[in-house]
Amino acid sequence: MANVPKPNELVIDHRPPATGWMDTPVEFRPGTWCYAAKPKNLEAVGLPNPREWSPIDDDWKLPDNWKQIVLEGLRERLEKYRSLRIFMDICVRCGACSDKCHFFIGSGDPKNMPVLRAELLRSVYRRNFTTAGKILGKIAGGRELTMSVFKEWFYYFFQCTECRRCSLFCPYGIDTAEITIIGRELLNLLGCNIDWIAGPVANCYHNGNHLGIQPHAFKDMIEFFVDEIEAVTGVRVEPTFNRKGAEILFITPSGDVFADPGTYTLMGYLMLFHEIGLDYTWSTYASEGGNFGLFTSHEMMKRLNAKMYAEARRLGVKWILGGECGHMWRVINQYMDTMNGPADFLEVPKSPITGTVFDNAKSTKMTHIVEFTADLIKHGKLKLDPSRNDNHVVTYHDSCNPARGMGFFEEPRYVLKNVCNHFYEMPPNTIREQTFCCGSGSGLNTDEFMEMRMRGGLPRANAVRHVHEQHGVNMLSCICAIDRAVLTASMNYWVPGVEVSGVHELVGNALVMEGEMERTTDLRGEPLPGMEDSDDEDL
Amino acid sequence: MGQIEFKGKSFEIDEDGFISSFDQWCPEWVDYVKNSEGISELTEEHWKVIHVLQDYYKKHGIAPMVRILTKVTGYKLKYIYELFPSGPGKGACKMAGLPKPTGCV
Repeated sequence: MANVPKPNELVIDHRPPATGWMDTPVEFRPGTWCYAAKPKNLEAVGLPNPREWSPIDDDWKLPDNWKQIVLEGLRERLEKYRSLRIFMDICVRCGACSDKCHFFIGSGDPKNMPVLRAELLRSVYRRNFTTAGKILGKIAGGRELTMSVFKEWFYYFFQCTECRRCSLFCPYGIDTAEITIIGRELLNLLGCNIDWIAGPVANCYHNGNHLGIQPHAFKDMIEFFVDEIEAVTGVRVEPTFNRKGAEILFITPSGDVFADPGTYTLMGYLMLFHEIGLDYTWSTYASEGGNFGLFTSHEMMKRLNAKMYAEARRLGVKWILGGECGHMWRVINQYMDTMNGPADFLEVPKSPITGTVFDNAKSTKMTHIVEFTADLIKHGKLKLDPSRNDNHVVTYHDSCNPARGMGFFEEPRYVLKNVCNHFYEMPPNTIREQTFCCGSGSGLNTDEFMEMRMRGGLPRANAVRHVHEQHGVNMLSCICAIDRAVLTASMNYWVPGVEVSGVHELVGNALVMEGEMERTTDLRGEPLPGMEDSDDEDL
Repeated sequence: MGQIEFKGKSFEIDEDGFISSFDQWCPEWVDYVKNSEGISELTEEHWKVIHVLQDYYKKHGIAPMVRILTKVTGYKLKYIYELFPSGPGKGACKMAGLPKPTGCV
């Protein structure tokens, strides 16, 4: 594992290299690239060219006709996705996107300017698929596909988190994330994925979730939280698993089931569902909200997404409630309907508590839990004591995919302002649709990539530092499991003293439950405001 | 993947020095890893953590979440970091022969 420089040692050099971009080969520096996909993980889902290899090897062990495979793959995709051909053709290289990328801001590497990252693929497109490029080559911005170019693709398409901040500023609306998505698809044609993506994909395919949690372990973990909730509240919640005939199927990222601080958010879900008497079930088969298929290929995304709906059909539920996941919502909101939908066998989601019909989920039949909870609060269905969160001075990180992927801005803020008394926004150019990526999304949240993660996390951390210094913000809340895992690392690195939580952890703290005992601690076992002298000490 | 030999045993390891499957684990492995983890002497407390991890793994096929580990051992997370400076995942799980968790973690 590469050593990570300390924050004050991290140099950001914005001087361009001495040679032109086409003549500057990629350098695989430790801490800035991810390990190669292991053969067993590619074999698990039938992806091509499984083998032992490393990006720093000279020989990537590609088949002899690798170039033909890539160019044929690009041709197919240009025909299939009209958006791709448009994005390849219309960029005028105005540079509006160039300084909008967190990786460019944090690294200074010109090839992290979205325009230039796209140009890595676009140059090969021009050389092979446009008349001008075929005749004029480099003069027309064309470039031969060589092994060096292919390695550059791997390096930079796995240095883009597909967050789409750059797209927001493009006057043509070029979606650079889609270019990265296609770039990764082409890399996958030759078995050149990263293991942090390939591993979760294989696990999800075989065990239902990224972590590979088997059904009995999944149940064991949820039951651990049941005990924990009882210890804090005195109330014993009773979740059910794989229950046929339940009204609602609940699906959340497996990160919430396993990793702190997401586990506290999961406790919040359990408490809320119990309190409103929701007729719902967990599934140990569709036990993952996330979909690392999105970071692999359209085909893989479709295969992994299908299990949610297969399970909804098998259990006979009416609709699906989705947890605080980021990219799951991109898949659901943008792709699901034409990939695996329409989900005609389900009903349009309707809150059994308030009667609200979520028409916006008419085709996918899947509603976001934060929207569901906002609706409960709006109708006065929850008894809340926001003072229990008074130790937390809270800000909100708009997770990229729900924000830019589905315009989900108001509901999380509405919920937070109802469960917390101290809430402050970060500067306007870092939130809502302009939100900065956590720095480790799209499957790049792996440890060997830590230096680049911290560089990419810098713009978000700077905005947090601002409200930390101005208002004493000490809690960064968000609605994505990758965020919860990686912002914790990035806050420890850039803004020590700021913790990370999901929205429903704070809901769980504030929720006054029927029959609860006097609460002395929050869900983390920390004393509630005014209870600091209490003898109760949790681990 | 690399191959290492130690005290007559052979281990296949990944890029981060985790053994590639739990079947390869033996007490010599712990001995091999302890130096690189900055642990001079293994105490009963180290072994308690290692055994809790392994028992859970054998039953559930995955490492226990940190909160289960702290609850079952009775050690606070801070103390586990004192025992295993690289932490419960990178230090203790590596010594116990468990794979790294993947996904949104």
